[in-house]
Amino acid sequence: MSDLEVRARLATRADRLGQPRRLGVAESVAGMLALLLLVSALAPQLLAPGDPLGIDPLSAFEPPNLAHGFGTDESGRDIYTRVVHGTQSSLLIGAAATAIGLGLGIVLGTLAGMLGRVVDFTVNRFLEVLFAFPGLLLALLFIVIFGPGVATATIAVGLSTAPGYARIIRAQLISVRSTAFVEAATVLGRTRWQILRRHILPNTLAPLFVLATLGIGQAIVWAATLSYLGLGAEPPTAEWGAMLSAGRTYITSAWWMSFFPGLFIVLTAVTATVLGRGIDRRMRHL
Amino acid sequence: MSTGAPKNSPTAALIVRNLRVGFGAVDPVVRGVSFEIARGECLAIVGESGSGKSVTARSLLGLAGANARVSADRLELDGQNVLGLTDRAWRARRGKTVGLVLQDALVSLDPLRPIGREIADSLRLHTTLGAAARARRVLELLDAVGLPDPARQVQKLSGQLSGGERQRALIAAAIALDPPLLIADEPTTALDVTVQAQILALLEQITLAGTAVLLISHDLAVVSHVAHRVAVMHDGLLVETGSTAQVLGSPAHVQTRRMVAAIPADKPRGTRLSLNLRAADAPPRIATTDSTVACDSTVVLEASGLSKSFRRPDGSRFLAVDDVSFVLHRGSTLGIVGESGSGKTTTARLLLALLQPDQGEVRVFGEPWSAASEKTRRGLRVGVGAIYQDSLGSFDPRWSVAEILRDALGHRQQRRAPQTTARLRSLLDEVGLAATVLPRRPLELSGGQRQRIGIARALAARPEILICDEPVSSLDVSVQAQVLDLLDDVQRDRGLSLIFISHDLGVVQHVSDQIAVMRAGRIMESGPAARVFTAPQHPYSVQLLAAVPRLSI
Repeated sequence: MSDLEVRARLATRADRLGQPRRLGVAESVAGMLALLLLVSALAPQLLAPGDPLGIDPLSAFEPPNLAHGFGTDESGRDIYTRVVHGTQSSLLIGAAATAIGLGLGIVLGTLAGMLGRVVDFTVNRFLEVLFAFPGLLLALLFIVIFGPGVATATIAVGLSTAPGYARIIRAQLISVRSTAFVEAATVLGRTRWQILRRHILPNTLAPLFVLATLGIGQAIVWAATLSYLGLGAEPPTAEWGAMLSAGRTYITSAWWMSFFPGLFIVLTAVTATVLGRGIDRRMRHL
Repeated sequence: MSTGAPKNSPTAALIVRNLRVGFGAVDPVVRGVSFEIARGECLAIVGESGSGKSVTARSLLGLAGANARVSADRLELDGQNVLGLTDRAWRARRGKTVGLVLQDALVSLDPLRPIGREIADSLRLHTTLGAAARARRVLELLDAVGLPDPARQVQKLSGQLSGGERQRALIAAAIALDPPLLIADEPTTALDVTVQAQILALLEQITLAGTAVLLISHDLAVVSHVAHRVAVMHDGLLVETGSTAQVLGSPAHVQTRRMVAAIPADKPRGTRLSLNLRAADAPPRIATTDSTVACDSTVVLEASGLSKSFRRPDGSRFLAVDDVSFVLHRGSTLGIVGESGSGKTTTARLLLALLQPDQGEVRVFGEPWSAASEKTRRGLRVGVGAIYQDSLGSFDPRWSVAEILRDALGHRQQRRAPQTTARLRSLLDEVGLAATVLPRRPLELSGGQRQRIGIARALAARPEILICDEPVSSLDVSVQAQVLDLLDDVQRDRGLSLIFISHDLGVVQHVSDQIAVMRAGRIMESGPAARVFTAPQHPYSVQLLAAVPRLSI
């Protein structure tokens, strides 16, 4: 490659890095939404000073109006306040479930990828059995055994996503393990443990953070599904899935009770997906 | 070759006047190029990568790309203006008035379709021939390009053919419609020397049949056999054009001189291949006839009776390395040469103890090496460095140059220590790079710079033996010259012993004291380089030597 080509390459790279990265409309909107969601999760009082559990029977079933932007529910609780306050538990469930799934996936995937054929075979058959069940069914099975509740729902969702992560990690690990730079490290006299720590794990796990961002959106939807089925957070907790479920009875007369929590579930999932894809694209180009 | 109408009309097959091609806002890549090719003539455009030669070739097919700005005073294919043609109009011409042969036939052919159908495609699109007539023509074409047993080969997928066979099939597809102009972009770069010689002979034959051939290459020696005229391209301009004998015999432009000097074949060991442009008139470093100054009779590495077999997908085993023995003396270079599939790389991996031999043993500094456990070997590994063909792949993609070299120095704990920084600088200095590359990642560097980093990393641990597996095969000839000179320098300065593995006999001849010629896992012939090259004993060595690209003027 001549200097010219190198210069051209560096120039394009400088363009990418130097200029404020050109964000797409979708990414900008997703970024702002993510910021709003984070604020609602960390300091809900800033956006909705009211009490999410405070009832006011006199103003039950009010459609969206100036006093109650998203309307009120059957006990007169403000839906907007409840949706904002519900962000925390929904995001927490999503993040915790993803962390559980990813953590378990890393352990299983690394075991399978590093410890030779027997372990690989065993872990793989185990994963295949788990794969045979739809993810949600696996989560339901876990809840049937350990009983409903936020904690079990979170663990259940985490468990059901683990096989997918494990498989990706194993495949990635195996491909990284046979790269030329791992061989080069062996030639330099590095030990297996040094190579695993310095080369294999970082190169295996870096792409996973993108996947995890995508996974959070999915986990939130699943957690909401479980709550909707009455297996996760229970009413009157301000949690989107539970609120959606509570509104189900009144869907024909008070659509806003299910619409706004549902809207936020969708928005959160879409935000996580758009951001995940954006990060993914940038990492690929780097 | 069965040709249609005789193509001896006086019009030039291609006229290009002041062609300019640019992308985006940056300066044009091709900055005003003019040339023409007559029928039955072969013009070679030679230049380093990035000189704009491939972009020029692609513009002649309307394939410069959607965001390319192509302008010219004149651009005529077969007497017709083709400047500013629509995509649709181009499609009607590609294959018919101009054929294209690319470097990598494996990716140029659809892996899921038999090559016969691939070749018949252009016949189907551009002619009114019926299916049976097309099939006959495909067989004729395959026969014309010298593919043995065409009737059987047409059914094969591209993956089932060897590199040379694929390239022949690709040429058959390109000349299927007997286009007046054939463009061949690095058609032999991926091929072994003996296959390369055959493909060049085929291109020559096509030229003789009356087709105008535009040959694009980075290697002057390759084109000197077939091209009537040579145009040297540099930085988007043709800096020198003339008959092959004139351009190669008395190169006028400094770029041409540099490229001629870079050809390693027949240049004695120790001769500089890269011209120092800043001190062009300074006397060249005196080539010591006794290049093995530091060489003594101490054996630093010894391979005895090495064998290694692998299991094929069908369960049978094949011997990749078969009873290979040699010794490496301190301060000398042992060149291992062979074509693809000869077992060179397996040998390199055995020497690096990345593979265990089935039989035989490697000893390093007199100690057991292949027979030792990895734990014992690890202590000795600092003494044995490696340089790889794919230098980019041998670096952790997340690491910057500084991190790579620091890791190789083994100074991870004291990363900011002044002596580490000083060592990094002296290492970079030794391989001819400035400290400005330290924060960059290898991906951002050029091929030559990457290989220099690869050498610096190998040197960091102060090895005594360097095992180089095709260290310059993916580099341009002029960059290759610089890297070979660099290896020669570090070998002198540090008294290194080198194993130099390559498919390129010219390169091996230039760098080696001893040579081993490998074929199908066995060493066919070995001995002092001078003897093997002047008086080869084995018929295979003779054949290999005959195929080495030399300047033929």
